[in-house]
Amino acid sequence: MIRLGAGSGFSSDRLQPAIDLARDGELDWLVFETIGERTLAFGHRDRQLDASKGYNPQLAKRMRGVLGHCHANGTRIMSNMGVANVSAAAEVVIGVARELSLKGLKVAALEGDEITDLMAPETVLFDFGGRRLEEVGKPLVGANVYLGIDAMLPAVESGADVVITGRVADPSLFLAPLVNHFGWQTDDWELMGRGTLVGHLMECGMQVTGGYFADPGFKDVSRLADCGYPIADVAEDGSVEISKLAGTGGRVSQRTVKEQLLYEVHDPRKYLTPDVTADFSTVVIDEVERDRVRVSNAGGRKRPDQLKVTVGFDGGYFGEAGVSYAGPGASKRAELARDILVELLDRIPGAQGTYRTDIVGLNAVHARARAATDRQREIVEDVRLRVGMRTVDREAVEMMLWEVEALLCCGPAGGGGYRGQISPSVVTHSTMIDRDMVSPRVTIYEA
Amino acid sequence: MSRNIPLRHLAHARAGDKGNTSCVSVWAYDPGDYALLKEQLTAERIKAAFPCLIQGAVERYELDDLHGLNFVMFDALEGGVNTSLGLDSHGKSWSFLFLGLDIEVPENRVETS
Repeated sequence: MIRLGAGSGFSSDRLQPAIDLARDGELDWLVFETIGERTLAFGHRDRQLDASKGYNPQLAKRMRGVLGHCHANGTRIMSNMGVANVSAAAEVVIGVARELSLKGLKVAALEGDEITDLMAPETVLFDFGGRRLEEVGKPLVGANVYLGIDAMLPAVESGADVVITGRVADPSLFLAPLVNHFGWQTDDWELMGRGTLVGHLMECGMQVTGGYFADPGFKDVSRLADCGYPIADVAEDGSVEISKLAGTGGRVSQRTVKEQLLYEVHDPRKYLTPDVTADFSTVVIDEVERDRVRVSNAGGRKRPDQLKVTVGFDGGYFGEAGVSYAGPGASKRAELARDILVELLDRIPGAQGTYRTDIVGLNAVHARARAATDRQREIVEDVRLRVGMRTVDREAVEMMLWEVEALLCCGPAGGGGYRGQISPSVVTHSTMIDRDMVSPRVTIYEA
Repeated sequence: MSRNIPLRHLAHARAGDKGNTSCVSVWAYDPGDYALLKEQLTAERIKAAFPCLIQGAVERYELDDLHGLNFVMFDALEGGVNTSLGLDSHGKSWSFLFLGLDIEVPENRVETS
């Protein structure tokens, strides 16, 4: 048996429950998964602005919170918080270890996922209609391959207290410790499939313990403010019991596990990772006691020949701005404001087609699926005109913000609460690469 | 005789994304309702229900033992999380688009929730 805990499920996930788990969870490993297509792009963007950045912005805070507990409890840490700057992240962990007087603490940094140099103008982007990289027409920011356990195992085997990676497949963060602990053969596809399922269920943190789940009156979850991160007790046959710390809020049930089972999955029979083609279609889910669910019988077949690569491009700028209208006739005034704004924005050269307007409160999020009804327009008390614009032309975005703010005096009656912001934008596409093109390497740091 | 009720009364759902592809899984609360969902929530119906959102194909996968359906919608997220201009650029809220769809049930059905 080995016990793994999740300390985050995404870049900005909550910290205190991770500290609780590090202190009281009796874990073998505490795993922080923090990279998504969005946050990897942010990592590249941050490193472009400051070469010493590009790792997870919460890395130091997380390490200050858990490193002492993990050290005291013999819990090792695994994380992809290196994002786009793994070596800088390793230095941050070492710095925190020194602050905490954890002399001799070892960090293994896995690099080699960044393969920007291997991208060529003729590289084919499978999610861009098979078009070539050069056809994107935007400067390349960075390309990262999803590394798997074969790249990670040397870091795990080094015995380091903390393993820091960049882009690896999320489930591999959990599978690598399992393979190391049980001595599983990495071509035992069934075990790789089962261990990958453990990782898949754990990688989004509280999404399996009651987060991203509650729907009052239909799916009630108690004490979400104190929701616990998940714990996985994994047996040598790859079956797992998912639970959470006693006394924490949230819920682990057949339903929470089912929803996470297919989260971001396409064909449940072919869940592709660098390590295996996992089969989740045969999985059996049993509630063994309250907040403890046994998951077994996943399958697996040979791993894919190629690795997936996320390629980031400089998308220019993303601007967002808004102004609110409230009280009688709010929606009509917001719609008038929108009409004025569209007329003005379309006079900016090149702006047409780079922006979208929404009236928040009038079915903005699902507007493309369902238009708001007249009744919704009448009864709504509070709406907000919102504009989103993405373009390489910063001046156009600045002009958009200005025009939205100008609506306060030049627009309909009672407009208030202007806010606007501009951030750099990285757009991403995907390609595949042969395994033998990639050269992962592990560096050991010591506090 | 039959009547329509929102899917939300019969099933729970979760949405995820990969690039410009949206995935929504739908799970029957009561295994007895799964056949109804399987019959009525076809890939064709989903494609037809959201023509302005889903530009590509819709695929459906069935997990009969767990009473769940998985829908994969291609070219459906206005370019995906790093490209979309919308508020919910991940399409996280899409599960509730599905749960708003009507399901035809027998008139004499007893509500469980």
